Amino acid sequence: MGVGFTIKVLGTLIELAIPQILSYILDEIVPKNDLGLVFAWGGLMLLCALGALVGNIVANRMASRVARDGARAIRHDLFAKIMHLSARDVDRFTVPSLESRLTTDTYNVHNFIGMIQRIGIRAPLLLVGGLAFTLMLDPVLTLVMLGVMPLIVLTVFLVSSRGIPLYRKAQKSVDGMVRVVREDSQGVRVIRALSQAGYERQRFETVNRQLTQDEKRAQLTMILSNPLINLFINIGLVGVIFFGATRVSRSLTSPATIIAFMQFFVMVSNGILALTRIFVQATKSTASMNRIDEVLRCEEDCAVDLTHARTAEAVPGAPLLCFDHVTFGYLDGKVALKDLSFSLEKGQMLGIIGSTGSGKSTILQLMMRFYDVNPDGGGVFLEGRDVRSMTAEQVRSRFGIVRQNDFLYADTIAENIRFGREAGQKDLLDAAERAQALDFITRLPDSFEHRIASHGADLSGGQRQRLLIARALLGHPDILILDDSSSALDYRTDANLRHAIAALPERPTTVVVAQRISAVQEADLILVLDHGQVIGAGKHEELMRTCPVYEEIARSQMGDGNGGAAYE
Amino acid sequence: MAAAPKLPRGARSRILFRIMRTYMKPYWKRMLLVLVLMLSANAFALVGPWLSGQALNAIADRNGVRFGDVYRTLAWMAAFYLASALLSYLVSRLMVGLGQRIAYRMREDVFDKLMKMPVGYFDRNATGDIVSRISYDIDTINASLSNDLLQILASLVTVIGSLVMMAVICPILLVVFAVTVPISLLFTRYKSKKIRPLFSRRSAKLGELNGYAEEMLSGQKSIKAYTREEVITGRFDRYNEEACQAYYRADYQAAIIGPTVNFINNLSLVLITTLGGMLYMFTVFAYPMPAVFQIEIGAVGSFVQYSRKFTGPINEFANIINEIHSALSAGDRVFRLLDEEEEVQDVPGAEKLEDVCGDVALSHVRFGYTPERVVLGDLSLDVRAGQTIAIVGPTGAGKTTIINLLMRFYDPQSGRICLDGRDLRDCTMVSVRRSYTMVLQDTWLFYGTIRDNIRYGHEEATEEEIRAAAKAAHIDSYIESLPDGYGTILSDDGVNISKGQKQMLTIARAMLLRSPLLILDEATSNVDSRTEMQIRDSMEELMKDRTCFIIAHRLSTIEKADQILVVKDGDVIERGTHRELLSRPTFYRDLYRSQFETSGGPPAADPELFA
Repeated sequence: MGVGFTIKVLGTLIELAIPQILSYILDEIVPKNDLGLVFAWGGLMLLCALGALVGNIVANRMASRVARDGARAIRHDLFAKIMHLSARDVDRFTVPSLESRLTTDTYNVHNFIGMIQRIGIRAPLLLVGGLAFTLMLDPVLTLVMLGVMPLIVLTVFLVSSRGIPLYRKAQKSVDGMVRVVREDSQGVRVIRALSQAGYERQRFETVNRQLTQDEKRAQLTMILSNPLINLFINIGLVGVIFFGATRVSRSLTSPATIIAFMQFFVMVSNGILALTRIFVQATKSTASMNRIDEVLRCEEDCAVDLTHARTAEAVPGAPLLCFDHVTFGYLDGKVALKDLSFSLEKGQMLGIIGSTGSGKSTILQLMMRFYDVNPDGGGVFLEGRDVRSMTAEQVRSRFGIVRQNDFLYADTIAENIRFGREAGQKDLLDAAERAQALDFITRLPDSFEHRIASHGADLSGGQRQRLLIARALLGHPDILILDDSSSALDYRTDANLRHAIAALPERPTTVVVAQRISAVQEADLILVLDHGQVIGAGKHEELMRTCPVYEEIARSQMGDGNGGAAYE
Repeated sequence: MAAAPKLPRGARSRILFRIMRTYMKPYWKRMLLVLVLMLSANAFALVGPWLSGQALNAIADRNGVRFGDVYRTLAWMAAFYLASALLSYLVSRLMVGLGQRIAYRMREDVFDKLMKMPVGYFDRNATGDIVSRISYDIDTINASLSNDLLQILASLVTVIGSLVMMAVICPILLVVFAVTVPISLLFTRYKSKKIRPLFSRRSAKLGELNGYAEEMLSGQKSIKAYTREEVITGRFDRYNEEACQAYYRADYQAAIIGPTVNFINNLSLVLITTLGGMLYMFTVFAYPMPAVFQIEIGAVGSFVQYSRKFTGPINEFANIINEIHSALSAGDRVFRLLDEEEEVQDVPGAEKLEDVCGDVALSHVRFGYTPERVVLGDLSLDVRAGQTIAIVGPTGAGKTTIINLLMRFYDPQSGRICLDGRDLRDCTMVSVRRSYTMVLQDTWLFYGTIRDNIRYGHEEATEEEIRAAAKAAHIDSYIESLPDGYGTILSDDGVNISKGQKQMLTIARAMLLRSPLLILDEATSNVDSRTEMQIRDSMEELMKDRTCFIIAHRLSTIEKADQILVVKDGDVIERGTHRELLSRPTFYRDLYRSQFETSGGPPAADPELFA
């Protein structure tokens, strides 16, 4: 970067010499009546122009390289950070927003790094260098020029300090307009059903009018700057000639100097204009940089925490998974789980049931150490070892999780099962077979190498399920989690999934989170959750007797409690 | 940002012509005024350097400075510059007004069009794409319209004007441009040819990066659960590397442009100085040569200034052309939307349905979204007012299509659908749709108060009615718990409202509408079982005395239906009441049983049926 900087400085300085030579030729060489000298100095001028050309190209290319490296590093850090963000932060930022930070904002920053190097060095140099040369040419005329500069600076300052907030306001109006279009595109069925097109047109007209008005106001402010700055520069030129006339008559300066001076004047003004552009671009990219920074400064996911961990070793004979008086609250202060205790032995099945927001997913989050329990809120143990004494990877590698509508991406079947992990062909086959996915995979055109669409859109729901189970099984997890808390799938697919798991040769320890009784009925332990508290725990039959809420849910789903028996 | 995709030459001029005809023609008088003002502003500005040359000549007079002439000339200069500044401000002002008016009208046209588009359009096109047409594309067109077209004209004036002025001052010095202008033109031509593909590659690579990032961000939770963060980041780095590299390659080539343009300008300056200096020397020392070759020092000065004015626009030209190209492809996208086929319209003399009872009849309905792919083969159905019809079947079997036809989002290709015995096609669209109330799985709420969202479609509802509806949907107590109650603004980042609560709001909305027919498409799928039970009474209240069409996964909700249709591959394969269908070995029975199956039960006979 230092080299590029130096070259850029040199290139610009050489360029500054050109008007100087122009004045020298007209003033000093012409009176000597020597054609050879005129061409010699002209040649020198050409050399300077060439030097500036080469210097600027090299420097610009170096600037592009710096910008590339900078942007790449920022984007990498941002992506890596996003991958580690807690679910809460992801929800807070929202995926589209994170995406635009990763793309548009890093793009703006990329542009800016390049621009600040290309223009950021040149503009001040033109400004300062131009000023220096004019001082050498004629200090008094420089004062004339400097008399106009404050006006130009003031114009730039006033226009942009008024314009930028106006633009920000206009940007908000754009958001408002976009929101209506977005909402209406998504809700078109409701709008049509209720014949509300007229109402929506009105709603759009309001935002459209607002946007037009705000943009107009911002633009009307900004268009002031060009005519004003041009006027001031030109008035400055008039002033230079005006004072120049007196000075020429007193033989203090020459007409050629005035010509050269005018060249420098334009150069200096261009420098100022370029600085203004940087200023505007800087406000834009500062906004982007802040948005990036906001993400980068989020808390890291759980690190190993030995101060709070109660055990750092596995305890022989301890249950595979144990929650001991766990209390947990998210940052908003509300308690999400209160005094939860249970333990699960190897090979057992745990069912968790409850309404939305009852704390079902929180249990999973704590189990897999996406969050840590409150410092005085008990502990989560794997084989007797406090999960806080383990890295996130150590904890999570013990689990395999299958969510309804989980993440499948545009790549091969094999890659979707491997999911970035090392696995041989044999492991792959084995996992697919155990998940009952082998059949349909081998029927695909390229078998395991078949490429699926994003989100597995070209697979059936059942095929997706089995692919996800294969993914979970590939890691030979100690605990298999089936999370269908947000299921909108039909019962058939749901039942098939459970059949597939039940049919596994070596049934793993399983945790099932569900809204449907049928999914947890078989469990060795069912927890009924309500507002973060366990209101019932036990086997299905026990709960039907002891837990009114469970019984109520069961009745509602089984068709008055005897629906299931009615036809069998 | 990126090079515009190439449009065929004919299409380009067609789009340009269409933009001018539709959006600029109404303002032609104003445009003409702008044009005249702009030409004057440029002409005035052109006088400046000539006057400054005059002033310099007056200064450099061999008999000493002619102060009178100098001051007079300077006063004229100041006046011309002032006039030019005023005029160009006026031009910008007029253009801003004009541009905003045009943008307003374009957005209005696009939105009106969207309101007339068949619902299928919104299924086929990503929301982001629609949004970018109404915002980004129209912005691009507008920016180009208000700047580029006029700038081209203005540049032409400047170029020709400067050329004339220079010819007047010293025709011989024009030789310089015989060297630099061809260099300039050749260079920009060569470069843009070379750089254009690099820029398209750059945007393509950026697109790939965005695509990968979008996909992986949507799977962030799973990636973390499997601790694949590092691996995925490593793959992202490859896309990142390629995108940055493509950007750099384009930049690397583009880095030549600025300095080269500068160089060509400097070259002109060098040549003018050398040649001008030589001629000036010959003039000063009275070498024998034709009078046209003689030049004063002021003339050299003016010439230099004009030469800057002359080369400026030529170098800008390439940029402007590029901008116009991207404006034209934006125009192409906007017009393609405006040219889309609209939703079916009411036939002339269409009847307005009033006091609808709710008898629905479908006879031999055949329908496909495209003629080749038939979704419904031959559907007949008779529903009497007040009956409840449940539609069951695997995803993609055509359940939602039936709803689309009932509400006349589409017309069948053959067969007919009647409401109260009248063919839907003979009735007004509004009266058909107003006969239905609909609750969908995809809850739709808009930015606005909870109150406005509940009374959407029934704006005249009183506060009591709104509350009663919310109470019936079991959402009243939640709303009251919010600081602003019913006045709470629902926004993306504001109130934390769960999916279930959103659904209850849409149910409340439905409660408020008193239409004779009701459609529930997975209406309670986001509501958990307990809450569903709680609102069951209200739902029954909602369904009372209305003709109901229900689509649901939870079969418990459809047991009481008067008729259950089992749809598979576009055909009704079974129909009857719950009891009838369970009494014989049916697809429905298999489906029904599966909801009570536990992992110990027998595996399903055909696991793909419902996949």
